[in-house]
Amino acid sequence: MRFESPTTTKAAASLLAAEKGVAHVLAGGTDLLVRMKMGAIEPDLVVDVKRIDAMRELTVAASGVHIGGAVPAAALGESAKLRALWPGVVEAANLIGSDQIQGRCTVVGNLCNASPAADSVPALIAAGAKAIVVGPKGKRRIGADKVVLGPGKTSLARGEFIEAIVLPARAARSGDAYLRFTPRTEMDIAVVSAAVNLTLSRGIVKTAKVVLGAVAPTAVAVPAAARALIGSKLDDAALEKMAKACRAACNPIDDKRGTVEYRTKVAGVLARRAALLAYERAGGGK
Amino acid sequence: MPYETSYTNQGFNVVGSRVKRPDGIDKVTGRAKYGADMNAAGQLTAKVLRSPHAHALIKKIDTSKAAKLPGVKAIVTGDDFPDHTGGNRGMMDMLENCMARGRALYDGHAVAAVAAIDAETADKALKLIKVTYKKLPHVTDVDEAMKADAPIIHDWVRTAGVQPAPTTASNVAQRSEFGHGDVDAGFAEADVVIEKQFKTEQTHQGYIEPHACLAQLGPDGSGELWVTTQGHFTFRNVCSTLLGLDVAKLKVTSSEIGGGFGGKTHVWTEPVALQLSRKANRPVKLVMTRDEVFRASGPTSSTSIDVKIGAKRNGRITAATAELRYQSGAFPGMWAMFGAMTSFACYDLKNVKSVGFDVLVNRPKVAAYRAPSAPMAAFGVESVVDMLAAELGMDPVEFRIKNAAKKGTKASYGPVYGPIGIGPTLQAVKDHPHMKRRLGKNQGRGMACGFWFNFGGQTCTDLNVGVDGSVNLTVGTVDVGGSRASLGLIAAEELGIDYDQVRVTIGDTNSLGHNDTTEGSRGTFSSGMATIFAARNAIEVLKQRAAATWEIPVDQVVWEAGEARAKGKQNSNLPPLTLKEIAAKSPRTGGPIAGHNEVVADGAGVSFASHLVDVEVDPETGATRVLRYTVIQDAGKAIHPDYVEGQFQGGAAQGIGWALNEEYIYGDDGRLQNPGFLDYRIPVCSDLPFIDTQILEIPNPNHPYGVRGVGETSIVPPLAAIGNAVSNAVGVRMNHVPMSPPRILKAIEDAAES
Repeated sequence: MRFESPTTTKAAASLLAAEKGVAHVLAGGTDLLVRMKMGAIEPDLVVDVKRIDAMRELTVAASGVHIGGAVPAAALGESAKLRALWPGVVEAANLIGSDQIQGRCTVVGNLCNASPAADSVPALIAAGAKAIVVGPKGKRRIGADKVVLGPGKTSLARGEFIEAIVLPARAARSGDAYLRFTPRTEMDIAVVSAAVNLTLSRGIVKTAKVVLGAVAPTAVAVPAAARALIGSKLDDAALEKMAKACRAACNPIDDKRGTVEYRTKVAGVLARRAALLAYERAGGGK
Repeated sequence: MPYETSYTNQGFNVVGSRVKRPDGIDKVTGRAKYGADMNAAGQLTAKVLRSPHAHALIKKIDTSKAAKLPGVKAIVTGDDFPDHTGGNRGMMDMLENCMARGRALYDGHAVAAVAAIDAETADKALKLIKVTYKKLPHVTDVDEAMKADAPIIHDWVRTAGVQPAPTTASNVAQRSEFGHGDVDAGFAEADVVIEKQFKTEQTHQGYIEPHACLAQLGPDGSGELWVTTQGHFTFRNVCSTLLGLDVAKLKVTSSEIGGGFGGKTHVWTEPVALQLSRKANRPVKLVMTRDEVFRASGPTSSTSIDVKIGAKRNGRITAATAELRYQSGAFPGMWAMFGAMTSFACYDLKNVKSVGFDVLVNRPKVAAYRAPSAPMAAFGVESVVDMLAAELGMDPVEFRIKNAAKKGTKASYGPVYGPIGIGPTLQAVKDHPHMKRRLGKNQGRGMACGFWFNFGGQTCTDLNVGVDGSVNLTVGTVDVGGSRASLGLIAAEELGIDYDQVRVTIGDTNSLGHNDTTEGSRGTFSSGMATIFAARNAIEVLKQRAAATWEIPVDQVVWEAGEARAKGKQNSNLPPLTLKEIAAKSPRTGGPIAGHNEVVADGAGVSFASHLVDVEVDPETGATRVLRYTVIQDAGKAIHPDYVEGQFQGGAAQGIGWALNEEYIYGDDGRLQNPGFLDYRIPVCSDLPFIDTQILEIPNPNHPYGVRGVGETSIVPPLAAIGNAVSNAVGVRMNHVPMSPPRILKAIEDAAES
């Protein structure tokens, strides 16, 4: 196995594109190294992107947020400005693993690992995040919801990797929230999760996004759930309609972590709780 | 010399104080050497190939390609382990569990092993071994395995304990029955009878350190084994038997141990590593992966239990019965027997009967887990006791106090109790401030009692006085919970010296006589007893040296406060001689000063505990949070209160994990689906509240200091205590452990529907 630590995204893309065998990008390594240790993958090339300055950048403003692909999740939690603008994204990123994992893991890695249960992904999609994809043919920008195709599968072409995640300009009176269910308080993986992102106008929901995790092969946006909230003050009827839409959008599996029945039911519960939390953060109800 | 083992109610100088443990600095600095920390020049790395099938014939193992791989130094399969057991079926089970012999009996069963120059080569070699299997029907559920049409695991098993003796094979290896009185008459007398079925899933001890050893065995049949174990003498004896070695020629050294909880009382990979070493004539290191630890080592039984208890309106239990079905994995065990023995041990019952069935399934061979089998039995019994109290409109603590066993009670498993702690722990629950905490919405409180026998066993200890007066105490019981500190305190107490003057070492198998494994909560009880006697023997020597120095008869010398004093007016001119002074002169007064003791430490005092817990359950997700937890247990005498409290807390923490989330999940294919800590959920720190403890001291009459074992009883009540608390919080009786969120939510919904 060859290990490379390029200092530019261009060099990284060239290395990845030139490799004939199995190539993997190493950011935090909290998934990659575990899979290597388990013997699930045997890479011929590992490209460490932590030496690339552009990928270690974190810039936070109401006009937009740039999260470099090698920025550890802990850094997001340490930014008071980011916590104020996108509390849901931050809480999602800060639920990955544990304190120790947080020091290494990245949201880009979380996205590219393509697990249906990834914590940061529903929150990124709800936030309308875009991924800046770098490859041998240059850069392109795609929605965060266009990266994952299924468990362990992404839309990235050979040689491509994600340089950064960008969050859009944040309107006033907006709030987001992410909640997940795990049997343990930490060091666990979501059995089901929900992210809600809202913008209010005079206490009424103007725009909404509702995204569920771990209930389908990828995180799923539920437009019908969002529609149920828009125009409401999150009264019980709107919330129940939203929860119902969420349950209808669930296509989970029965596995060791939860049953279809359980995931479907709790998806609605979490979406309701996340919606109320996002509403409160957006200044609703005050 | 005969020893006085009876309790003497003496005063103490250092026993009962909270001194620093001698292994503490090594452990926090990383200097302590665990199983995987030892290396030898030229060592090979061993890896084990394991069956992916729950049950399969092994038709052929082709190792030819692997053997040709450069760097591979030895390969073993079942054929490399000739039968040295002399017809001892238990030993053969142990050997067959270490390495399959013609049949893979569970997912993870070892079928071959390789020793190579490094891990990569060994891994490659495993992939080159071709095993031809023929899959056989399997069964992993205990109730299914008892059915007439279940696949038979071993055709030689006949159910023991039934008359007339069966002539056909069965998965029920043993039926055992305990009790007394007439239960039918007792139930006829009852005003209220409650009957309920319970299920508990299989759990693992969850020790953080995987099994690991460094083995060296030469062609001359002499060898050494460095291993993480709870009992290096037992490992020596078993490995010697299985490999046809002389016991004295195999030296086994126990490493520091990163948790055992009963799971490191049996050999797993050690005979394999030794045999690989013999074949390669090189040292072999074998460290299990976490996946292997889960699939092939440890676990406790999953169970299915029926409990029936009847009582009069006045709150007296008139009869109690239990049928307990425990799976023991792919080899016979006696786990249901322990369940049957412990189930009703807390109560004073006129009519009681418990029947245990030990059942074979295609799962790993069950090993002891902290008070093995008692937690599941207590879950059933203590749940029904709570239901009965509710039915009678009685406070659950009062109801238990009314029926608690006491001195003179004939225990359901046979013996008549001496002084015991069940009544006092219940009274302490009643008086505890925890009982006054107000419960909020969705919160519930539960309590439960627990019992464990405790064990004494063979023990051998040496105490050597250095020329500077420092003391080396060498014991043969592996320190799994702070026993070195406790034993150091005991030696210091007897000799009348400072604790810091004593260093306690765990001796290897060539430095002491046989010591039984550290199990049955015996470490501090039995080695403590042997330490007292060894110290008293050393004191006899010290007195003789003082007498010789003074040139007076030894019967005029007494040992007080760490010094020899000459008694009588005629000796008033002789100033006392301290241990230091006598030690300094020892080269000229007869040489080294030592005390030795070997003993079978009988009379381990039974141990009782009562636990109290408050929980909050989220009715929409079924998630349980433990809010407050209190452990009250009889320690007899707490030699070192920190480590007694540590045992109380540790047992409760493991019990909480077992009660709420831990379980082996098998697929329809009979394969374990969650062999890792991500999906086998032991609690993390933030899952647990501070676990409060209260030590009661009801002296064990059979130990000079009154010590009872404390290591195990603390895991007995939690399943039931939490079961009762959750049931009270959600208003539905929970009868399936673990009470995972999906199970709780389903129980709430089913109750709402009905």
